[in-house]
Amino acid sequence: MMALFIVGLSLGLAMKFELLAPGKTIMGAQDYNATFTLHGIIMIFLIVVPGLPAVFGNFFLPILIGAKDVAFPKLNLLSWWIYIVGATIAISSQFFGDGPPDTGWTFYAPYSFKTGTNMLPAVLGAFVLGFSSIVTGLNFIVTIHRLRCPGMGWFKMPLFVWSLYGTAWIQLLATPIVGITLVMVILERTLNIGFFDPALGGDPILYQHLFWIYSHPAVYIMILPAMGVISEIIPTFSQKHIFGYKAIIISTMAIAFVGYFVWGHHMFTSGMSGTALYTFSLLTFLVAIPSAIKVFNWVATLHKASINLKTPLYWALAFMFVFMVGGLSGMALGALATDVYLHDTAFVVGHFHYIVFGGTGFAFLGAMHYWFPKMYGRMYDAQWANTGLVIMFIGFNALYAPMFYLGMIGMPRRYFDYLPQFHAANILSTMGSWVMATGFFIVLINLIRSSRNGAPAEVDPWHGKTLEWTVPSPPPVLNFDEIPTLGEDDGPYEYK
Amino acid sequence: MSSEEKHHIVSYKTYLFILLGLITLTLLSVGITNIELREYTVAAALIFAAIKSYFVLYYFMHLKYDKPLYRRMAMFVFLLFFAVLFVTFIDYVNR
Ligand code: HEM
Ligand SMILES: [Cu+2]
Repeated sequence: MMALFIVGLSLGLAMKFELLAPGKTIMGAQDYNATFTLHGIIMIFLIVVPGLPAVFGNFFLPILIGAKDVAFPKLNLLSWWIYIVGATIAISSQFFGDGPPDTGWTFYAPYSFKTGTNMLPAVLGAFVLGFSSIVTGLNFIVTIHRLRCPGMGWFKMPLFVWSLYGTAWIQLLATPIVGITLVMVILERTLNIGFFDPALGGDPILYQHLFWIYSHPAVYIMILPAMGVISEIIPTFSQKHIFGYKAIIISTMAIAFVGYFVWGHHMFTSGMSGTALYTFSLLTFLVAIPSAIKVFNWVATLHKASINLKTPLYWALAFMFVFMVGGLSGMALGALATDVYLHDTAFVVGHFHYIVFGGTGFAFLGAMHYWFPKMYGRMYDAQWANTGLVIMFIGFNALYAPMFYLGMIGMPRRYFDYLPQFHAANILSTMGSWVMATGFFIVLINLIRSSRNGAPAEVDPWHGKTLEWTVPSPPPVLNFDEIPTLGEDDGPYEYK
Repeated sequence: MSSEEKHHIVSYKTYLFILLGLITLTLLSVGITNIELREYTVAAALIFAAIKSYFVLYYFMHLKYDKPLYRRMAMFVFLLFFAVLFVTFIDYVNR
């Protein structure tokens, strides 16, 4: 997965390089289209959707609830192999047939069944990857229902577990919809059925409905586990009980549920009925409330806490900053009048990178620095980790903040070329991409080096109170010699 | 399910009834396409399909005789699905 991420990152850098100057810099229109398509497919379907649940969920979910393993270890292995197969199929689209796909990661009809490029493997790959997601979701739900250790009531579970629970339900119930949608695209392409083709009585907007019925909940598959990670890091480094434990749980489940009903905000300009437009806009504003609740809870937890300033907390703070920027720009897009103007501009690209990269990406790196000692049994070099973080944070903002400005002065997304008045901000943005990549590689290399020769880690280096800090670092194969039992006053965040 | 648990045995008569019911419903759902319902055609087809799957799930798949938890879970999924369709129809019917 790391390798795939670096490929995706390189594609992103290549696009930014193309946008360094107006006109053709390193590639033309067709190559640019193929590049953003592959970048989107890799980043969304292969990295951020499975990332946190697969890496940290599989490792820490059982430990956090005091179990020896997930409920179905073999199903788990199966989902990994499905992932490999799906990834291979999706990437194979690049190497044979009539050229790499050029539709963008959203595979919008009618273009996705009209274009001459090699769409079938890309769509089939995404379809197969969906199964991996469903199987993981199922596994986590059963694990959480059945394998909690004695005394671990529902309201004693750590918040990361709760976030995985909400996510798992979305994975289980929303993914089949994109599965069937992708099958419909495949059938449309091969057999000319006429689901989406107006010439055959189909409806192209139906495609957008079906696609976003999954893909909006999917953005919560990406962000909920990230919020869960932040909800673990903040109490540990505040040495304080998390503020509003139940409120965070309720907001997690509310996001998971209401998130099903806001998909239309991706379709404000595609010709939906007026009634649908304002319904979706209203629902979109509603779903932002639980996210805001969490941010307030995190801030309240930090208030008057004995704060222990360490790398994972820096990541959590960086997360909160970029997540707020991303969320508030989402409000601008969720309002009908502003979205009609901003839709399909660089503003949207800024919005979702702030949330997906800044949110999920930073939370992933935060989780990495939080649980690294536990996973590898070694400490990392904090100095280098912090240096990398600062460089990456500066680069990140230099890269994506100009996109808000560019979107507002009218630069459309998904073009390899632009008008001269957009030049200055694009230079800043491209340079930001270099700074950010530098920071990222510092972080990465530091972690890789430390995993080999860092100082041995203690059992509980951060003085956390959740169960993973009671087992050796790294944990033995079956996590616990003896299944732990929680007493009346034990809980995930009981700091004295 | 462990082998000690009692399996509920459903009589052939019940199965036959359900089968006939399903066939009737299928005929009806074909028949209704003759009536011009415009944008509600799809809704009509979905309603028939929903009633049919209810019978299949309840009797043929034994949901009726299982623990109530399973029933509630299946119910929840259906309600969610219904809600999603309902929201889609807000667009479809008002275009
Ligand atoms: C406060 C919450 C949020 C609101 C109100 C919001 C609103 C929106 C709106 C209205 C759009 C469509 C813009 C357009 O195409 O004109 C959009 C796009 C997008 N959002 Fe959000 N969003 C929110 C949170 C999130 C989260 C949490 C994620 C992911 C973790 C996310 C990921 C995306 C992505 C990937 C797109 C672009 C999809 C594409 O067209 O390629 N958003 N958002
Ligand atoms: Cu959305």
